[in-house]
Amino acid sequence: MSQTSLCLFCAFIIIFTGVKYLKRQIKVGIPRALSYYTFYPLWRVFLEKLGAGVVVSTATNRKILEEGIKETVNDACIPIKVFHGHVFDLAGRVDFIFIPRMISADGKSTFCPKFLGLPDMVRFAGVALPVLIDVRYNRKGFPGGLLRFFLAVAAKIGMRNPLTQIYAAICAIHKQKQYQRLLLKGLKPLEAIEVIFGQKKSHDFAGKGKNQKTSSEKRTTVALLGYPYAIYDSFISAGVYDKLVRLGVEVITFEQIPLKEMRRFSKIMPQNFFWYYSNQVCWAGLYLLEQKSSIDGIIHITAFGCGPDAMVDKTLELEAKYAGVPFLSLTIDEHTGEGGVQTRLEAFVDMLHARKTINRAG
Amino acid sequence: MKVAFGHMGTLTPIMEMILEDLGHEAITPNRPTRQTLALGAKHAPEFACIPFKIVLGTYLECLKLGADTLVSGGGYGPCRAGLYGELHRRILKDLGYEFDFIFFWPPLKKPFHFYKQLHKLKGHHSWVYLWRIIKKAYSKLAVLDDLEMMAQRIRPRELKHGSTSKGFEQAMDMMRQAKTGPEIASAGEEARALMQKVPFDDTRQPLKVGIIGEIYVQLEPFANYFLEEQLGHMGVEVRRSIYLTSYTRHDILSTRGDMGSRTLAMPYLAQKVGGHGQNSVGDIIRYAKNGYNGVIQLAPFSCIPEIVAKSLVPRLSKDYSIPVLTIFIDEQTGAAGIQTRLEAFVDLMDQRRSRSLLVGA
Repeated sequence: MSQTSLCLFCAFIIIFTGVKYLKRQIKVGIPRALSYYTFYPLWRVFLEKLGAGVVVSTATNRKILEEGIKETVNDACIPIKVFHGHVFDLAGRVDFIFIPRMISADGKSTFCPKFLGLPDMVRFAGVALPVLIDVRYNRKGFPGGLLRFFLAVAAKIGMRNPLTQIYAAICAIHKQKQYQRLLLKGLKPLEAIEVIFGQKKSHDFAGKGKNQKTSSEKRTTVALLGYPYAIYDSFISAGVYDKLVRLGVEVITFEQIPLKEMRRFSKIMPQNFFWYYSNQVCWAGLYLLEQKSSIDGIIHITAFGCGPDAMVDKTLELEAKYAGVPFLSLTIDEHTGEGGVQTRLEAFVDMLHARKTINRAG
Repeated sequence: MKVAFGHMGTLTPIMEMILEDLGHEAITPNRPTRQTLALGAKHAPEFACIPFKIVLGTYLECLKLGADTLVSGGGYGPCRAGLYGELHRRILKDLGYEFDFIFFWPPLKKPFHFYKQLHKLKGHHSWVYLWRIIKKAYSKLAVLDDLEMMAQRIRPRELKHGSTSKGFEQAMDMMRQAKTGPEIASAGEEARALMQKVPFDDTRQPLKVGIIGEIYVQLEPFANYFLEEQLGHMGVEVRRSIYLTSYTRHDILSTRGDMGSRTLAMPYLAQKVGGHGQNSVGDIIRYAKNGYNGVIQLAPFSCIPEIVAKSLVPRLSKDYSIPVLTIFIDEQTGAAGIQTRLEAFVDLMDQRRSRSLLVGA
């Protein structure tokens, strides 16, 4: 009797572990670069609700940068090089790497050609990689682009239950909206991600953003314009954001401006750009310049050799010139030094303070 | 109207003819020089590509000559060249020039805008007349392309150094003077005969190189340091992936582009990346399949579609065993640097060929 029950027990354990082994949770890696800063909650929630585990690459460090530089074409900009480094960091740790082909996020504009060719650039970089989830993210054309994207991702990782798929999609969109609200409140993307995934509470970051704006009427305000993947990756931007905060300056980025307000400028600009991020950066610049005295200066962060930014930078420079607002263009690349950035920021902020004093006296 | 336009290889005499036929005074730009480039680079954004700078320099030179209207055109993304018109306009206005800017978007993307711009340029002439002069211009363009191809074929085989380039210049002059339909036809015949008269040795087997990459640096000899001529004098037969007649056939009228190259590129680059990025990938494969000895990729520095293409080049070169030389050009590029690299590349192709011949025997 006891022998039979023991046998049954053993059999049960073997079957159970076997099933567990077969149902081993698949792991999907998300590189902490480029569109991560804009769409991470959407992707992570969707993948997790489908039952996959999500692994994010480590924060950018010297090793990731060097690995990226080694394998990427030398003419690419530093965010692309860092992206390659993040992918190589994930290789070997996960079953899939999530590199959607970002084509259009708002149905009108597209992304920089490097985003369009990114999965192919990574695939042929000459390093052995797990399967890439290179599904097109394209909301152009026939309605339901987002749905198409979700279905394709689910098919790629082998989750075929339609109810789970729809549930996961709804949860993902919900979290993404929550994320965007937090960004509007003035949280940085990494902080907002921490809040959303429950590591921290929103009021941990209080004392930031809008609620403080009224009390700090006289503080110098700087618009820090640039792509989120350049500004918020503090390794490649040499921590520009934090340096400015430490200099006692109020910082506004384009995420803190409601999209509706920015869209107004798509009608005003004689010709919009073709690219999603570039448009938002430029609209934000125009919006802030229009709100008289809301900003004291503009700092534009651009990566060395960035194609779209050659256009954006000149446009912003001219607009700032017409509005009489000081404009600083900071180019970052793999040789950017902390000291150089610090000196230039200090000089710029000092100049803004001096201007303010003179204006007040005059 | 005194109309000016950017200089781009053999397109320049065609534009001149069309504008004059429409009753405008054409301010024909001179061939760009180092001064043109320096002038453009001074006012252009640092990371704009070299075509932007050369064209801006050309506009500045033409505006100084009294042009009051500029004509340009471009695609609708994701390559940034489409935005160049608007930025050129802004920069020139900022410098204090007063002018009218006529910019053509692809007719299928913005039909109404295209119509309005065309109407402005056409003036009081009838649509039939416009159609006729465009047809005439196209026939002239076809002759010019033929002449270029002939020069590319004869140059590596010529008996007297430099005689092809001389003949080609004469033929071009002849064509430039031909303005009416019958004149173009007869001048075409004469020019072809002139090229045929250049003494050359048909038994030579020169190396064959395909040129791929961005359109402006391919078509404008100044922008690519007269690469075709240099290669020809090194005894290499070149073939570009873009000729103006093929460009007009595939890219301006239809937005779908050259299906051949795109289909070939699919396994490597499954997405249109703007400019000629995807074409470049497909063209490497096509040249390899047609038995070319090597490929030279030409691109302006910071050209995004070509950077994407370049990142696939090592793999393509390995898979199809064809050497590829990528040359990124900007205003800092030195002529000697280009020449050295070309010489080394030609030596490499030569050795590869003789080795494969030995193995074959």
